[in-house]
Amino acid sequence: MINFLLWIPAAIGLLCFVVPRKGIRILPVIGALHVLVLAIVLVLGFDPDAAGLQHPVDESWIPDLGVRYQLGVDGISIFLVLLTTLLWSAATLYSAFHPPDRARTYFFMLGLAETATLGAFLAQDLLLFVLFFDLMLIPFYFLIGAWGGENRVGATIKMVVYTLVGSLLMLLAAIATAILAEPAVGELSFSLADLRANVLPEGSQDWIFWFFAAAFLVKMPAFLVHGWMPDAYRAAPIAVVAVLAGVLSKVGAYGFLRIVLPLYPDATLQFQDVVLVIAVAGIIYGGVMAFTQTNVRLVAGFSSLAQLGFITLGIFALRPDGADGAVLQMVNHGLVVAPTFLIIGLLAERAGTEDLREMGGLAMRAPILAAMFLIVTLATLAMPGSANFIGEFYILIGTFQSKLGFAVVASVGIALAAFYAIRLYQRTMHNRLPDGVTSREISLRDGFVIVPLVACIVALALHPGLILERGEASVEQALDPTIVARR
Amino acid sequence: MSFQAPDIDYAGLSPVIALTAGLCVVLLSGLVGGARQRFVVSALSTVTLATAAGLLIWQWGAAEDLVAGALRLDDLAIAISLIAVTAAAFVVPLTLREPSAEERHGDFQALLLCSTLGMVLLTQAQNLIALFVALELLSVPLYVLCGSARRRPQSLESGLKYLIVGSLGSATLLYGLAFIYGATGSTDFTAIGSGIDAGLADDPLVLIGIALAATGLAFKVSLAPFHQWTPDVYEGAPTPVTAFMSVATKAAAFCVFVRLFEVALGPSVDDWQPPLAALAVVSIVVGNIGALGQDSLKRLLGYSGIAQAGYILTGLVVASVTGVEALVFYLAAYTLMNLPAFAVITVRERETPFGDDIRAVQGLGSERPALAWPLTISILALAGLPGTAGFIGKLFLIEAAVEGDYTWLGVAIVVGTMISLAYYLRVLAAVWMRPAAEAAPGEGMPAIAGGAPEADGAEAPPGTRCLLILVPTIVAAAATAVFGIYPDPLVDWASNAGDALAPFLT
Repeated sequence: MINFLLWIPAAIGLLCFVVPRKGIRILPVIGALHVLVLAIVLVLGFDPDAAGLQHPVDESWIPDLGVRYQLGVDGISIFLVLLTTLLWSAATLYSAFHPPDRARTYFFMLGLAETATLGAFLAQDLLLFVLFFDLMLIPFYFLIGAWGGENRVGATIKMVVYTLVGSLLMLLAAIATAILAEPAVGELSFSLADLRANVLPEGSQDWIFWFFAAAFLVKMPAFLVHGWMPDAYRAAPIAVVAVLAGVLSKVGAYGFLRIVLPLYPDATLQFQDVVLVIAVAGIIYGGVMAFTQTNVRLVAGFSSLAQLGFITLGIFALRPDGADGAVLQMVNHGLVVAPTFLIIGLLAERAGTEDLREMGGLAMRAPILAAMFLIVTLATLAMPGSANFIGEFYILIGTFQSKLGFAVVASVGIALAAFYAIRLYQRTMHNRLPDGVTSREISLRDGFVIVPLVACIVALALHPGLILERGEASVEQALDPTIVARR
Repeated sequence: MSFQAPDIDYAGLSPVIALTAGLCVVLLSGLVGGARQRFVVSALSTVTLATAAGLLIWQWGAAEDLVAGALRLDDLAIAISLIAVTAAAFVVPLTLREPSAEERHGDFQALLLCSTLGMVLLTQAQNLIALFVALELLSVPLYVLCGSARRRPQSLESGLKYLIVGSLGSATLLYGLAFIYGATGSTDFTAIGSGIDAGLADDPLVLIGIALAATGLAFKVSLAPFHQWTPDVYEGAPTPVTAFMSVATKAAAFCVFVRLFEVALGPSVDDWQPPLAALAVVSIVVGNIGALGQDSLKRLLGYSGIAQAGYILTGLVVASVTGVEALVFYLAAYTLMNLPAFAVITVRERETPFGDDIRAVQGLGSERPALAWPLTISILALAGLPGTAGFIGKLFLIEAAVEGDYTWLGVAIVVGTMISLAYYLRVLAAVWMRPAAEAAPGEGMPAIAGGAPEADGAEAPPGTRCLLILVPTIVAAAATAVFGIYPDPLVDWASNAGDALAPFLT
């Protein structure tokens, strides 16, 4: 079943080349929804008490190089898989309603991107993970470069160079890990289970840690390595930027939990403070930038940089409550940022510009759209009662207990979030309606995309335990090595 | 007194015999004129190459000395020969409408087959004399082929340049081989190996010999700093010839590089490992940086070929079985990914007035998806992105490097790959993200007849959408993708080839 989940998007993408013209908008939607249903079935059948892998797949792939085709889900990845399929369904629907030219290639790339992302979440072999992680880049390169807006070519080259610098170093680090572990394992193996059982000696972990960290921090993006983000977010088609910010950024954070913490615990402890500084700096910097930017996409982009700072903070607090909160927050942020971008797309359509200063008054004739946006905004600023509040709360509890100073500074970020989120909402929805801006209610089709996402935000706010309960055991397992190493 | 005829292993020599016979037939049939001459000649060459490939596959698994030990037929030789033969077979349809081959298809194809014959012999060479003779047999026809577009000055320049630089390389190599012979008193690889093992490792004659031989071979595989000819020759030569040279020459020369250094000079591995490692790094850096500003696709691929040679050399430097396996795998993958790119350039050269300028592929994505997709796959593979054989090849090489305690060479490969993205992505951006280029005044005509004034106004040759080019291009590109997803058969094949040298390696 996991195999179907993984490969259906790419297969449907290939089918897009042969379907008749009429079916080109229907087929990808059916495919994406089908995968979503599979993911929901997977979640329903998930055993919340088990820490280990469920639905494992283990096949020989390239035996001579020690690479196996190993997949599986656990409490950390299961909801990220669900999030991926959900956001991709939304993005595919949105694209089907606003069809791009050269639709066949577009939907192929979108499907390939989904397969690659799901692959990164499902892979249980280090090299397979690296492969899917790098593969994600190719479809996004084309999606942004061929269907994007202004300055798209420059933006994509910047994005690819930034991300590939990180991920190629990661490839080298992955190979080095397997070869250094070879004597202990007994054979050349990239299997995460084998590598977890035979952690490398302390000395060789350091550079490997940084090679992985580089890849993950760039992907998020974290502070200092976010240079590609503004251009890419501005140039990408809106449906693409929704999944880019919603899901791809999570792959980086997920990588820390899945790979770095369990495999390189000593280096993690050693560099904990450095990563925490980057995280907190990201929270503050992202918050301030989001408050000062005038392009609506960049407001959302920098806000997500700040949010990812929080997620990193939670993971690197190296305490179960912090990491639990981080896992919850990953899903929360994905659920919030994707509709934010989709709504921004609608707003820009109505205002004819993406400049915040020239927008306003859009709520006048569009109460439903405004209500949707308000819910999303309140969730973004982590209003008590939202799942984001619970996620940030857990993260801060974890950080307060392990690193008090960082927690205090990070709390400022919460206040900043309130500023920029409210500013975005007010500037676009309230005030006087400027000339040239038409206030229109959300169309039925767009509502069909956005309302379910908002409904998910509300549902998760009512029952965040859904994720916390299932994540706990796996998170503890991921943190175990660092706790052992600390002793 | 009875005369003892030498025992000749006809089965082992059969691929060589088939190529030689086919070469003669093709040369003669080229003399017969006629409307269908070019098809007949091309068909005959294809049949010859297919026969040779069939015989090579039949001999797969052999491990025997031929011709009194001058040649050695093993899986390594067969694997690399197959690469050369495949590349030649791929190029034959490309030459079908090649302006430079008009009227003289017989000569053109015969030279191509002759060069292929040299490559097949070179992969088997196990003796300094055989090595040199085979290398010349490979090179001389290529000098002629490079200059075969006689109406185009660049082609003549390319042929002449290649001749001069190639001869310099050959002379250096020969000089080095002479030193090695002088020190060890033997031309046989294994005998040289045991000679060096017996205490000649620090002999200055041997060291000079190694240095000169490495230099000569570095010319042939276009490693920096002996690469200056590469971009010029690649740009000037007729594109099908460039395509052939870029993969087949490289494969055959690397094969003999490996055999000479790991069999004959294996005992002095500590002497040649560091300088060759340095050579690899220099090639990676020079090739990737040189490619950055190129507008001519052939020059771009020429520089990229220098960088790729640097990557491939890693497999030799580590002197391990894994290294040779990685090298063979990468050579095979490189053949599959480089040929479609050149095929697309060939087609666009004939369709557009831009020659091999990057503008020739602009807008290909929406206009000619059947060309755009193979080019895209091949560029992605050259850049080493996952889902292609190029990724698995890089993985293989880096694994060999790290395993052989040359982690920093792995880092060099990775850094080189990062730089290379800048120019590979430019090509992809042109294909998918820019509209088709408009011809500026004065660029009105496709260079169908080598840009000759008397050909202006001639109709574009029929069948430029020729299936004969398209089909192999798509097959090669598809194979690149398939071996990226399911690499096991190719990996097994490369391991067999690598195992042939296992007795000489750790």
